[in-house]
Amino acid sequence: MRLSLTLGAVLAGLALLAAGFSYVWTPGDVTQIAVAQKLQPPSAAHWLGTDQLGRDMLAMVMVGARLSIAVALVAVGIGMGVGVPLGLWAAARSGSWLDEAIMRGNDLVFAFPSLVIAILITAALGPSALNAIIAIGIFNIPVFARVTRGAALPIWTLDYIRAARLAGKGPARISLQHVLPNIANLLIVQATIQFSLGILAEAGLSYVGLGAQPPTPSWGRMLAEAQTMISLAPHVALVPGLAILMTVLGLNLLGDGLRDALDPRLRRRA
Amino acid sequence: MTGATVSGTGVIQTRELGVTLGRQILVHGVTLELAPGRITALVGESGSGKSLTALAVAGLLPPGMAASGEVLLQGENLLTLPERALCQIRGQRIGMIFQEPMTALNPLMSIGEQVAEVLRQHRGLERKAALAEARARLDRVGLPAPRFPLGLYPHQLSGGQRQRVAIAMAIALRPDLLIADEPTTALDVTTQARILDLLRDLVRDEGMALLMITHDLAVVQGLADEVAVMKRGSIVEQGPVAQVFARPTQTYTRKLIDAARHVPRLVLTGPTAPLLTVRGVIRDYPRPRGSDATLPPRLRAVDGVDLTIHERESVGLVGESGCGKSTLARAILGLDRVQGGSIQLDGQQVGTTLPPALRARMGAVFPDPFGSFDPRWTVERLVAEPFHLTGRPADWRGRVAEALYDVGITGDAMSRHIHEFSGGQRQRIALARALIIRPSLIVLDEAVSALDLRVRAQILDLLARLRLRHGLAYLFVSHDLGVVRQITDRVLVMQAGRIVEEGVTAAVLENPAHVYTRTLLAATPRLSIRENAHI
Repeated sequence: MRLSLTLGAVLAGLALLAAGFSYVWTPGDVTQIAVAQKLQPPSAAHWLGTDQLGRDMLAMVMVGARLSIAVALVAVGIGMGVGVPLGLWAAARSGSWLDEAIMRGNDLVFAFPSLVIAILITAALGPSALNAIIAIGIFNIPVFARVTRGAALPIWTLDYIRAARLAGKGPARISLQHVLPNIANLLIVQATIQFSLGILAEAGLSYVGLGAQPPTPSWGRMLAEAQTMISLAPHVALVPGLAILMTVLGLNLLGDGLRDALDPRLRRRA
Repeated sequence: MTGATVSGTGVIQTRELGVTLGRQILVHGVTLELAPGRITALVGESGSGKSLTALAVAGLLPPGMAASGEVLLQGENLLTLPERALCQIRGQRIGMIFQEPMTALNPLMSIGEQVAEVLRQHRGLERKAALAEARARLDRVGLPAPRFPLGLYPHQLSGGQRQRVAIAMAIALRPDLLIADEPTTALDVTTQARILDLLRDLVRDEGMALLMITHDLAVVQGLADEVAVMKRGSIVEQGPVAQVFARPTQTYTRKLIDAARHVPRLVLTGPTAPLLTVRGVIRDYPRPRGSDATLPPRLRAVDGVDLTIHERESVGLVGESGCGKSTLARAILGLDRVQGGSIQLDGQQVGTTLPPALRARMGAVFPDPFGSFDPRWTVERLVAEPFHLTGRPADWRGRVAEALYDVGITGDAMSRHIHEFSGGQRQRIALARALIIRPSLIVLDEAVSALDLRVRAQILDLLARLRLRHGLAYLFVSHDLGVVRQITDRVLVMQAGRIVEEGVTAAVLENPAHVYTRTLLAATPRLSIRENAHI
């Protein structure tokens, strides 16, 4: 239990560190093309080798982490920023037409996979990292709205909510003061899981060319460009693939670990 | 192992039974003799270790806890048996029923299947034979064939009926020992009386030993042969019920008995003006989909109720669960809409949108001391919450400290969180929260039901004192006639949404006019002890 929390924190922290550190130093310049040194296997000069344009793979992965993390972070932010208030609102008015309207609206968005939304947006605005953020963000809204509403509903039946209503507090104030703090741990756990899904989605969108455009390095696009050379230089595909794998695994482990650590049922028994 | 094992050899004994969690000793030195056909009651306050003792006997201690000493069944020590052998014994020789009949049954299995499963697993019966046997067992516990077919599911039964199914499962294999952990605490008084009758009959007819865990001394007196009083993990006194109750040798036992019979001081009020008037209030709900089509489509929870509470008066509202008393209490507090009639406080209409000044005249204490407080707030902030209505005065901390002092909570309580307090302390804090803006009426919804006897007596004393000091009126909602008798001036008896009887508490309880009140009174166990036998 503690192991998954630690391991998850280490793996996710590694990705974060790589992204942060890339602003200070990278082992090579990702904008410099050196075709003469293309597709070199890992060596002392290039720890993870070079890609088809002779750029250092470690530098590429570090700079690519920036985009992955930024996209996932902003997308989760959009999802929470819109989804959590919607879920709280629906729970406060549970059973009313408003609750129905919010939740059926969520179902509607849920019915489209993020990829389809991304294609829709791209068709309208053209491909870019920003559009990937919007697409993944929209996809996150119903997830958070549902989790929030589901967690808030049982809280609303508790006597301390009645006490707050007796103190003359309205639904908005009760939601903020009593409901939100008591479901925060659940939302944090959900956020780490959505964060990992966001990274995967960004990689997927970039892979099919709907996300970040060249020359911005992105894990998904690195994978896409490397796949034609996989028999020639497998490390070029393996490195971004492993980066995605480790980060997503790390975030999932972190989410699981946090769920155990923050579970009020486990804590109250202690 | 077929057929009944009615014989004198089925004695189960515990010798110096103990339970430890790590280095912590939770139970120690428990020696009991559970003879066939005898009912032994294990009484004590919450945390005294009575449930742990029962779980240790059944070999069902939670992970991390260890049992010591001996549990002897026909000379064999159960504590040293391997889990596989214990599994056999648990079903066949020891049956168990719990407090909450809702969670003891599998909601996705019919009641017949659930009882039959026990028989198939332990006796290896064919499905058909097992179902036939299950039928016989259900008949035995008072769920006869035509009305209760085997195909019924738990949600189609009432709480008392579910408890009967649980009993049928526990006795399916005719065990030597039946352990019942607060089997009637979650049930209404009339249901409780019937379940207790059933248990008594089963013990006599089948020659089982019954170990009954309860905090209700009146139940013990009416049912048990032997009683063991537990305090902080060990037995302080044990013996025949009549002897222990008439001549307790330990101070602790005496305190428990005194608490059960405790009467708070009288508060006399002269004639006063009406404070709250409820006239013809109606509240109905649509029935859930899939209910019985022959019933009207809407359930009338409160059906034309009239009620008046005068200033400084304490009024009781009693009835069984589902009679509408809590719905009515919520409507009075302006937490719930009503479809008809009027509720007036000081001549002003009460509804779900109340002006703060009017809302500030009412306070409430809720039944569950654990759900009544936001676990993330400090006590100081919790108690100060009603200031939202009146505006927070500059000396609000002083006011909070004063309110807490009023209810007997002192020390560094203000900066602590609610999980650091016991159930009784929490109800005191709930009272402080209700008192902080000095209301005229406090609605107490089952406010002492979840508390131990001694704590309950203290809270009742506190209520009487506060009423005197602050000139409060109480609406005391409860299913417990004993408590209502102790604390109220007038009482209203509610049945199926209507008030069936109303009057001065003593008069109604001594001379009930309505047949329902008489039923309730007859079902309520009362502790009777001859005063002269009590030193």
